[in-house]
Amino acid sequence: MNGYLNIALPKGRLGEKVYDMFERSGYPCPSIKENNRKLIFENEELKIRFFWVKPSDVAIYVERGAADIGVAGKDILMEYKPEVYELCDLNMGKCSMCVAGKNGFVDNRNKTLRVATKFVNIAKEYYSAQGRDIDIIALNGSIELAPILDLSDVIVDIVETGTTLKENNLEVVERFMPISARLIANKSSFKFKTEVIEDITEKLQALAEKL
Amino acid sequence: MDKILSVLTPEEYVYLSLRALYSEYGYKKYRMSKFEEYDLYAKNKDFLVSESAITFTDTDGKLLALKPDVTLSIIKNSKDINGVMKVYYNENVYRISKGTKTFKEIMQAGLECIGDVSADTIAEVLSLASKSLGVISENNVLTVSHLGVISEVLNYASISNDKKEQVLRLLGQKNLPEIKNLLSNENISDDKKELVYSLVTVYGSPEKVCDKLDGFAVSKEAIKCLGELKNVISVLKSENANVIIDFSVVNDMNYYNGISFKGFIEGVPTGVISGGQYDNLLVKMGKPYKAVGFAVYLDEISRVKGE
Repeated sequence: MNGYLNIALPKGRLGEKVYDMFERSGYPCPSIKENNRKLIFENEELKIRFFWVKPSDVAIYVERGAADIGVAGKDILMEYKPEVYELCDLNMGKCSMCVAGKNGFVDNRNKTLRVATKFVNIAKEYYSAQGRDIDIIALNGSIELAPILDLSDVIVDIVETGTTLKENNLEVVERFMPISARLIANKSSFKFKTEVIEDITEKLQALAEKL
Repeated sequence: MDKILSVLTPEEYVYLSLRALYSEYGYKKYRMSKFEEYDLYAKNKDFLVSESAITFTDTDGKLLALKPDVTLSIIKNSKDINGVMKVYYNENVYRISKGTKTFKEIMQAGLECIGDVSADTIAEVLSLASKSLGVISENNVLTVSHLGVISEVLNYASISNDKKEQVLRLLGQKNLPEIKNLLSNENISDDKKELVYSLVTVYGSPEKVCDKLDGFAVSKEAIKCLGELKNVISVLKSENANVIIDFSVVNDMNYYNGISFKGFIEGVPTGVISGGQYDNLLVKMGKPYKAVGFAVYLDEISRVKGE
């Protein structure tokens, strides 16, 4: 798209921290900090353009080329398996994909396990690797509620500190996948904007290693 | 004539231009029927891009499928070849669309050389792939890799078979952090690890990469493979093709071997050309030939060409 490098950032606290990394790497876009309702922010001099999207949508923007690069959580990448390059681990937004249940939960293998989750594919893959028969309950939020109301036996979700779980008498049964934010790139864009994408990767990598 | 040209859609124009190009090089058009016995696809499931096919039962009870792929049929029907059989095709194939999870009809063109495939044949196919990209747009690039080089480097680094598959998948994503992670607990010398990492980092135009390639000369076989890679690169360069060496172009080694390539057009988010040598597939299908070819995905093209 007319020589600009389009960058999709995840809306929210993580996205703001990631933007700071871009700024410190020499790719600033001051207008992004103005408090207004604009959706797209450009730096005409550097020919870069930032936009905020829902975190789970970043991978789609990048896969389909609306954004050349973007920052997405490993959870989203594992769930949707988009056809993109995964260039760098930004060492931020760290948490883990976990199985959690009520305090003292023991899996009864006689029964089909009811699993509530936002991450349907990850949960399926995790349990099918163990040959465990499960029933998936796809939810969009407040996953923790499911075992409390006996909607499910366990949940599969990302856990950062575990405070929400603890306050609701839930506990982690297993942490099975470390999660962090990743820099991703569209496969075609990478070929035509190699220099700038490689430069950004290198600089972000250097910053990430110091975290 | 101009009147006819003016009513062509971008896909039709591209397709006719490709057809003219391929016939000029002596390729014959290959026509096939809309369906094949399902068995052919079931046996070679992993070769197919799409997981399943539209199946139905014929009047005699045989299970048939609307073709999800053309290459398998061409191979199946290849016999008594003297020298090289050179064919091209333009067919509708039926695949599951990733977005809607429903079947869709995709127009696909492609070209295959089957038989006594020589280095010159391979170079010709790559040069036709690059010219095909040129028909679609000047802003194109052909990325070329050699599976033999990758395989030799992984063997040399003594990466276990179960890890190899994971490394290949990660290499396809240029996922250096995860490859480092995966190898961190392996008992492999740092030099060898660095060599595996350089499969990701050695990327770019032949001028930029050329002297780095020699680092991969870890065995007799690797040297031979590098020679093959350099040969096609020099042919492409002599034709002023936009070519990039990129080992992240990986194909399933159960079917493919040797040179592998993908072609991209600026503004089209996914590759429009995909191809390579697939001698291993012919071995699996019990054919005493070698093969090389590529497919052109025409469905994304209308967006760049405009009306």
